Amino acid sequence: MGNASSTLTQYDIEEVQEHCNNLFSQQEIVSLYQRFCQLDRNAKGFISADEFLSVPEFAMNPLSQRLLKMVDGLNFKEFVAFLSAFSAKASMPQKIELIFKVYDTDRNGKVTFNDILDVLRDLSGTFMSDKQREEVLSQVLQEAGYTRESSLLLDDFVKILDKPGLKMEVEVPVD
Amino acid sequence: MSEISKLNSSCSELDLDRPNLEDYLPTGSIQQPHGKLRLRDLLDISPTLTEAAGAIVDDSFTRCFKSIPPEPWNWNVYLFPLWCLGVVVRYGILFPVRVLVLTIGWIIFLLCYIPVHLLLKGHDKLRKKLERCLVELICCFFVASWTGVVKYHGPRPSMRPKQVFVSNHTSMIDFIVLEQMTPFAVIMQKHPGWVGLLQSTILESVGCIWFNRSEAKDREIVTRKLREHVEGADNNPLLIFPEGTCVNNHYTVMFKKGAFELNCTVCPIAIKYNKIFVDAFWNSRKQSFTMHLLQLMTSWAVVCDVWYLEPQNLKPGETPIEFAERVRDIISVRAGLKKVPWDGYLKYSRPSPKHREQKQQSFAETVLRHLEEK
Repeated sequence: MGNASSTLTQYDIEEVQEHCNNLFSQQEIVSLYQRFCQLDRNAKGFISADEFLSVPEFAMNPLSQRLLKMVDGLNFKEFVAFLSAFSAKASMPQKIELIFKVYDTDRNGKVTFNDILDVLRDLSGTFMSDKQREEVLSQVLQEAGYTRESSLLLDDFVKILDKPGLKMEVEVPVD
Repeated sequence: MSEISKLNSSCSELDLDRPNLEDYLPTGSIQQPHGKLRLRDLLDISPTLTEAAGAIVDDSFTRCFKSIPPEPWNWNVYLFPLWCLGVVVRYGILFPVRVLVLTIGWIIFLLCYIPVHLLLKGHDKLRKKLERCLVELICCFFVASWTGVVKYHGPRPSMRPKQVFVSNHTSMIDFIVLEQMTPFAVIMQKHPGWVGLLQSTILESVGCIWFNRSEAKDREIVTRKLREHVEGADNNPLLIFPEGTCVNNHYTVMFKKGAFELNCTVCPIAIKYNKIFVDAFWNSRKQSFTMHLLQLMTSWAVVCDVWYLEPQNLKPGETPIEFAERVRDIISVRAGLKKVPWDGYLKYSRPSPKHREQKQQSFAETVLRHLEEK
């Protein structure tokens, strides 16, 4: 497995780069491929949920179960595409789109009151009651000019989140 | 989901062993919104997502168990034939010679061991002494079979009650390397196959204790046996690998506290392998022990340093966990290893929900505080 990098040709790398809109350099792709092979323990060509959970830092994340639904069974190209939102080169709307997808589990392009509530539940666990969560959410929604019934679209998310404070970058270690 | 919770409950009995993981992890990962809570503060899950993606891209836990591939040096016209010659010598000459040495070793060992074991039933003391010497002998043959170049630093361990030796763990050959100098009794995971057979027959005679990592009941029995063993004056010194699993000799994972709450003097041993010829890390997931030995036997040599370090005692007011960390520090510094805050058993189980709950709690508190402020 030491020569995993040599199995990627220049063509492969370019193809993957294209797939992720050139958000990763060639070296980064090679590093990611090594990591992918490491996580894909039985060399199946994809990473299973169980293999993702074998990384303790990931398993401990409050959103891990939700993210698993997005990353379970990804092949290398999809794996890179998923991570590309975390590249320093990715644009703000791209990052926000990923956040939006985390909320929008039924993929209907709309995030409802209940969708947000579900994420809040993941984040706060047993330390907030359902009532408290609902209360907080209706309050901040109202202040931002929405109601309980309104569903948020991707555009709304961009409007709300696209501020300089948002930082979502992960550095790919290159040796 | 149910599977996860099952995993969690199965490892909950290990919880006591763990220092608080959060003490090591970066804090303040969940942003503290300033002033009034706004919708964007609630919707912005980017810090949590960044952490998750960071762990997917690289994490300190998997790094501990990664075999580092050797640097290729056969890259030019002059070096390549040299390398080829090396391969021929290693596989064609060295390997058969080493197999021969090992076979002779085994023949001598078995020829002596069986009569000693069977005939000296009545003379327990003498029998034990002879068996001890024979185990040392066979370990010498093993070390010779990979041309072990081992440098021992510091005073040799002595036999006395109420002391326990702890060492970092890279491969089962750690045990062989240490055993050829001193007849240690070791606490080890029960292995399948021929290693298991050796464990239950021969190594039993030096007082080694076996357990099964997954058996909760075994832990109690082992703890009891440990206590009995260290009290006995005539027993071989006890050797424990408190990491509980093989690490790649670049990192140390958390030490289990078991060895540090026996009320004994703890003598640290640091082992550092030189990777110039071969990587001595045994990646038990990818390789059987037989393959691992073959790899060592076809290399030029196994080079390593062993340091017997100054014995340590529990300081007044120190908990066993703090004591374990202090000893880990001493070993890591001596052997030049990096410390990581992980429990090696996470290779076999999932982290406890406790760690996630802590993050959830801090998030909930922030939100609730803002709710009250209103």
